Amino acid sequence: MTTSLMSDIYMFVLAVLVGYEVITKVPSTLHTPLMSASNAIHGIVIIVAVILASQARTSADYVLAFVAAFFAGMNVVGGYGLTDRMLQMFRKRAASVAHDGKESS
Amino acid sequence: MNAVTIAVDLAYLLAAVGFVVALHLMNSPATARKGSRLSWLGMIVAVAAALTSVIHDATITTTGWVVLLAGAVGGAAVGLIMARRVKMTDVPQVVSIFNAVGGGAAALVAIGNFVRLSGGPGISSRGMIATVLDIIIGPVTFSGSLIAAGKLQGWVSSRPVVFPGARLITAALTVIGVGASCYLLAGHDSIAILTLVVCAALAFGITMTMPIGGADMPVVVALLNSFTGIAVAIAGFVIDNGGLIIGGALVGASGGILTVLMAQAMNRSVISVMLGGFGTGDSGPAAGPAAVGAGASIRRISAEDAAIQMAYASKVIIVPGYGLAAAQAQHEAAELAAVLAEHATVLFAIHPVAGRMPGHMNVLLAEANVPYTDLKEMDAANLEFPTADVALVVGANDVTNPAARRPGNPVSGMPILNVDQAKSVIVIKRSMGHGYAGIDNELYIDPKTGMFFSDAKAGLGEIIASVKALVAS
Repeated sequence: MTTSLMSDIYMFVLAVLVGYEVITKVPSTLHTPLMSASNAIHGIVIIVAVILASQARTSADYVLAFVAAFFAGMNVVGGYGLTDRMLQMFRKRAASVAHDGKESS
Repeated sequence: MNAVTIAVDLAYLLAAVGFVVALHLMNSPATARKGSRLSWLGMIVAVAAALTSVIHDATITTTGWVVLLAGAVGGAAVGLIMARRVKMTDVPQVVSIFNAVGGGAAALVAIGNFVRLSGGPGISSRGMIATVLDIIIGPVTFSGSLIAAGKLQGWVSSRPVVFPGARLITAALTVIGVGASCYLLAGHDSIAILTLVVCAALAFGITMTMPIGGADMPVVVALLNSFTGIAVAIAGFVIDNGGLIIGGALVGASGGILTVLMAQAMNRSVISVMLGGFGTGDSGPAAGPAAVGAGASIRRISAEDAAIQMAYASKVIIVPGYGLAAAQAQHEAAELAAVLAEHATVLFAIHPVAGRMPGHMNVLLAEANVPYTDLKEMDAANLEFPTADVALVVGANDVTNPAARRPGNPVSGMPILNVDQAKSVIVIKRSMGHGYAGIDNELYIDPKTGMFFSDAKAGLGEIIASVKALVAS
């Protein structure tokens, strides 16, 4: 138990450092999509909602699992949907106007 | 460890790698969309892994499946509709709402874990610490983000709401929350006390956000984003899941960096923003010393004058500020740029806090079809001003005040756009009102500055019409 807690802490600290390195390189032009994208990433909490639902036995458990799954589902899909919608607006000068929001990439 | 567990754990690792690479790809607008898709792919892998693991363990009941699928699909549908329909000016509130539900989900799974274990086997001390942290941070993020979204939407007053004793209530809530948490940590797994902690945390989120003014929202939204990331990472500690820990840590770092950057760009400390009572909304304090020289030394110009200057310029830099977003004039600004681009170089100089969340102005201009190569960040833009014939300031104030380069005033040390280095300056502004800092802008009394008093949208419209007439003749 202690070993796994320790390795979890290692993982957390290293991930914060990696995040710092990677994110300081994002230009301020993209800070809103960055925030929306990181918003979508914290939707990974949906995994715990899945686990919660798998262990649920009482009606209180089911209600909590339902609301958690609802919130997390909204977080994931909304987050990625919004990020993608914003990013497809960023075009180079020469690029022809995109149709239906689709862009060859 | 059987084969399925190993495969599932490797899938989480793959997802985490996807998130990191995705954030790396966001270092350029050219690759950012690819990054966002990669991140989405990582998320699908992670969810598939979680489902595989649950199916393999076969502990889930039929009701569990129904509840899970109904919840997730319902939430996904709502999220998708919001993401599709939201106007780009309203993105900050929607991001805030997604933040709230993320924090809320982290809180709910911690509560669920607590409720399930409290009756039976009890919770290990390690699980307990993480669970208690989550039932504090999660609800704070949830209610705080909802209030922030309400302020951005205008449902809650964007003025700092401060009343006598407000700080006292916040302090009392802190004491109650911390005290009750300690009681839980001491090994008493009481649901009543858990409820008390959750309620105190929810109330704390509200009293924390209410006193913060509309102008400080970029900092608050970024900070709450960081909180949600940490809440999710802690949920990862509860269930010992690397995917959650890494994902949450990345978000925590991202939100933290943006919080500090925004606070620096506003020339304020994160602490002073959180203490609140500063940003007062759209117009800033009307009182204060009389407007600069009471019109004596400012030079008023008309739309035609502005159009003539720009029509004969070979390099124009447009400086959009919060006022442009508030007046929904980004399409007019883009149209003016397109008209001028036929004979001149046109750039947009964007200060980090132009807009209502970090980088918001760029999204608004991108939506109005301004190519991202024309959007210059502050440092890059400041290299361009000395060679610009005209700098057109629309709805920006404090971020252009040359007084920031001198010590001894409220904007001292604030990073600014060096608009005064352009050969001539045109300012579109409704009145001589002050910005958030509440001081006179020395740019306006500069002899080479022409003031065009108008609403941003209407004023730009008049200038476009005049420029078109000049170019056509």
